[in-house]
Amino acid sequence: MPNKIKVNLNSSHFQELDSFIDGLETTEGELISILHKAQSIFGYLPKEVQIHIAKRVNVPVSRVYGVVSFYSYFTMKPKGKYHISVCTGTACFVRGADAVLRDFEEELEIKSGETTKDGLFSLDSLRCVGACALAPVVLINEDVYGKEDAKKVKEIIQKYMKINSEG
Amino acid sequence: MVNRQQLLEKYEAEKNRILNRSGDIALGKKEILVCAGTGCMSSKSLKIIENLEKAIKDNGLDIDVHGTGCFGFCGKGPIVKIMPDDTFYSEVSVDDAEKIVSHLAKNEIYEEKLFINPDTKVRATTTNEIPFYNKQVRLALKNCGFVNAESIDDYIGAKGYQALALALEKSPQEIIDIIKESGIRGRGGGGFSTGLKWEFAFKNKADQKYVVCNADEGDPGAFMDRSILEGDPHSVIEAMAICGYAIGASEGYVYIRAEYPVAYDRLVKAIKAAREEGLLGKNILGSSLDFDILIKFGAGAFVCGEETALISSMEGKRGEPTSKPPFPAEKGFWKKPTNVNNVETLANIPQIILNGADWFSKIGTEKSSGTKVFALAGKINNVGLVEVPMGTTLREVIYDIGGGIVDGKKFKAVQTGGPSGGCLTEEDLDTPIDFDSLIQKGSMMGSGGMIVMDEDDCMVSVAKFFLEFTEEESCGKCTPCRIGTKRLLEVLVEITEGRGNMKHIEELRRLCTVIKETSLCGLGQSAPNPILSTLEKFENEYIEHIKKKKCRAHSCNDLIQYLIDVNECVGCTACKKVCPTSCISGEVKKIHSINQENCIKCGACKSTCRFNAIVVR
Repeated sequence: MPNKIKVNLNSSHFQELDSFIDGLETTEGELISILHKAQSIFGYLPKEVQIHIAKRVNVPVSRVYGVVSFYSYFTMKPKGKYHISVCTGTACFVRGADAVLRDFEEELEIKSGETTKDGLFSLDSLRCVGACALAPVVLINEDVYGKEDAKKVKEIIQKYMKINSEG
Repeated sequence: MVNRQQLLEKYEAEKNRILNRSGDIALGKKEILVCAGTGCMSSKSLKIIENLEKAIKDNGLDIDVHGTGCFGFCGKGPIVKIMPDDTFYSEVSVDDAEKIVSHLAKNEIYEEKLFINPDTKVRATTTNEIPFYNKQVRLALKNCGFVNAESIDDYIGAKGYQALALALEKSPQEIIDIIKESGIRGRGGGGFSTGLKWEFAFKNKADQKYVVCNADEGDPGAFMDRSILEGDPHSVIEAMAICGYAIGASEGYVYIRAEYPVAYDRLVKAIKAAREEGLLGKNILGSSLDFDILIKFGAGAFVCGEETALISSMEGKRGEPTSKPPFPAEKGFWKKPTNVNNVETLANIPQIILNGADWFSKIGTEKSSGTKVFALAGKINNVGLVEVPMGTTLREVIYDIGGGIVDGKKFKAVQTGGPSGGCLTEEDLDTPIDFDSLIQKGSMMGSGGMIVMDEDDCMVSVAKFFLEFTEEESCGKCTPCRIGTKRLLEVLVEITEGRGNMKHIEELRRLCTVIKETSLCGLGQSAPNPILSTLEKFENEYIEHIKKKKCRAHSCNDLIQYLIDVNECVGCTACKKVCPTSCISGEVKKIHSINQENCIKCGACKSTCRFNAIVVR
C-alpha cells in the first residue's frame, strides 16, 4: 500500500524492514510482499535496499532487481512530496487524459516518470484506478481529481505549492 | 458458529432487518444506504455518511446509515438511497446530508436530488423508475449496493453462507456436477467452463491443493471485480470455501491489485469476520472442511491476469507465463493442483448452489448462461456498472441502459474485451452479447470492459493506444509478443504521424497473424485484436491517414492544422494573446493568421475564440 512518502535511508528504516522480514513465517515466495513493505518504508527501492533484501532473503540481487523492474508498482526513483498520477486507462484516454498528462509535463517541466528538482512533485501515469465515471482522473497522493477539475492543471499545482509553503 | 443450525439461527435473527430493507416486510424502520465504492468515495461519500449520522443524531432520529458497495450508476454518484422506500438520490453533495435527514424527519422526499429522467424530464422517486436499472438483472451484483459491505451480519441476513452449509451436505462430485450443469463459464476473459475446471483440479490427487481468486483486474476501464470485492466480499469468500470443499483444497489465496486499497481493506475485514464466526478455519460448520484464505498483492503487471503468470507472481517471482500444459489444475501454485477463478465467476457460485443449476442455466443464452457485468465507460451518458443477462444486445446496453452517447453525438464503435478485444460498430448493435457471438464478430467478452467511442475518436489512434498498452505490458519472455508488439506500435506511430505508406497495411496484417499464432500466452495471442478489428471495420480511416494525410476525428496532431476562418475572424487578438508559441499574427480588427511552422496544435486559440473563427482541418 502506498504510505506516506519518506525518502531516507537511515538505519531505523532498515530496522523496520528487518523486523517485518523476521516476522514472516517463511521468506519463500514472499519477495513481492517484502518489496511492497520496503517501498512503503523507504518511499522507493534504491540499490542499497535491494541488496539488503537479497541478503536477507538469500537470493541473488539480480533476482530482486528482476522482480523490481518487472512490476510497474515498484520504483527505483524517489517520488516527490506530492506524487501526481494521471490515469491513462481506456475510459480516461477517450476523455482526454493524454492532454492532461501533457499539461502536467509542460507545467512542471518534467517527463512522466520524473521528479522535479526541488523534490516537490513527481509525475507518473497509471492504468485505471477504476473510477471511470470521473474520467479523466488525476490522483495526487490520496486526493482524487476528476472530470473538469482534473483539467485545471495550473490550479492544481498552485494549490499544492501553497499547501507546501504554508507548511 | 459450529454447525449449520447455528448459522440458520443467526439468519433468523438477522433476516427481518434485511427483509425490511428490501421492503418485503414492514417493520416501520428506515435505513439510509450510501455508496462507499471507490467512485463515490472519490466524490466524498464517506463525508456524506458522517454528515448524515450527525444530522440523524441532531434530529433525534433512529435511522441506521450503511456504507454499501457500488450501486452501479457511477456517473450520477455519489448515490444515497432511503430504504425501504427505495428513494434514489443522485449527485448528492456533503451539504445535502442535512436536508435529506430533515426531509426524512418530516416523512418527505427531498425532490431536488431525485434523478431526472432525461427523456421525460420527470423526477424518478424510486430506483425502478430509472431507465438505467430497467433491463438489468443483478446476480453477481445482487448484494452490491444493498448490504453493508463491512457487516457479516448483513450478509448472513441475506442468506449468506447458506450455500456453503448446503454444499457441505453434498459430495464434492455433486457440487462439481451442479456447477457443470449450470453452464457457468469463466468471467475473467477466457470463457472456459468453470465446472470442468473444478473437476480437473478435483481429479488430480495431491497432498495439498489451492483455490485462487484472480482479482488482478488489469483491463484498463474495467472495474467489476473491484466493485464486487468492495461491495460484497463475503460472496467471494463463501464461493472460495465451496470450491475448496469441492476440489479438496484447504488453502485459498486472493491475488489482488495493489491499486485497489479499498477492496483490499474490505476483504481483510471480511476474512477476519468470517474467521471469527468459524466460517473460515478448522472444521467449518461442523464438517470435515478446513479452509482459510490469505491475500497476495500484485504489483502492477497486466500479464498477471493470465493464470500461469499470476501463479509465478504469487510465488514472489516475475509474473511470466509458462506454456500449458501442464495446466494449473495439474501443476499450479508450488507445483500443486490449483484452481484459479475470477472474482465475478466466484460471486455467482453461492447463488447457483442455493437456487440450482437449472435456475441458472435458464438465464442467458444456451451456450452462455447467466449474466455478465459490464463496466460501461467512455463517451456514454450513464457511466457505470451494469449487469445484464447474456444475450442482451449492445443496443440495449448502450442506449436503453447507457442512455446513449454524450452530447448527442454519433455512436462510432464500442470496444469490448479491453486490449485483448476488438471494436464493434453500428452494424453489430443488435448482436446478442455472449461469449461466442463476440468472438465471431472479431472481439471478445474479456473481463467486461465496454468503452464507447463517438465520432471524435480516431480508430487508428485507438488501436495505437491499445498497442502502447500491450507493448508496455508484454513480459518479454517470448519473442513474437516482445518484438512483435513493438513493431506493430512503430507502424501505427508512422501512420498517425503522417509517414505511413500503403505497404504498412499489409505489414500490419501479416505481423498480427504471426503474433496471434506464435505467442506463448493470451496477452500476445490477443494483442493484435484491436488492430485487426479496426482494420476490418475502419480500413478507410487507415487509408485516409496514409494517402490523404488526414485524420477525420482531428485527433492525430500531426495530421491536423489550425486555421483562421477569414469570414468569421473579427481581429479581437484574443487568440494571439493565448498562443504559447506566438505563432499567430495580426493587427487589431484585422484578420489574423497562424504560422503553421511554429504551431504546436495545443488548441488554446480554438478554446479562446468566441467567434468560432478557428477551424481544424
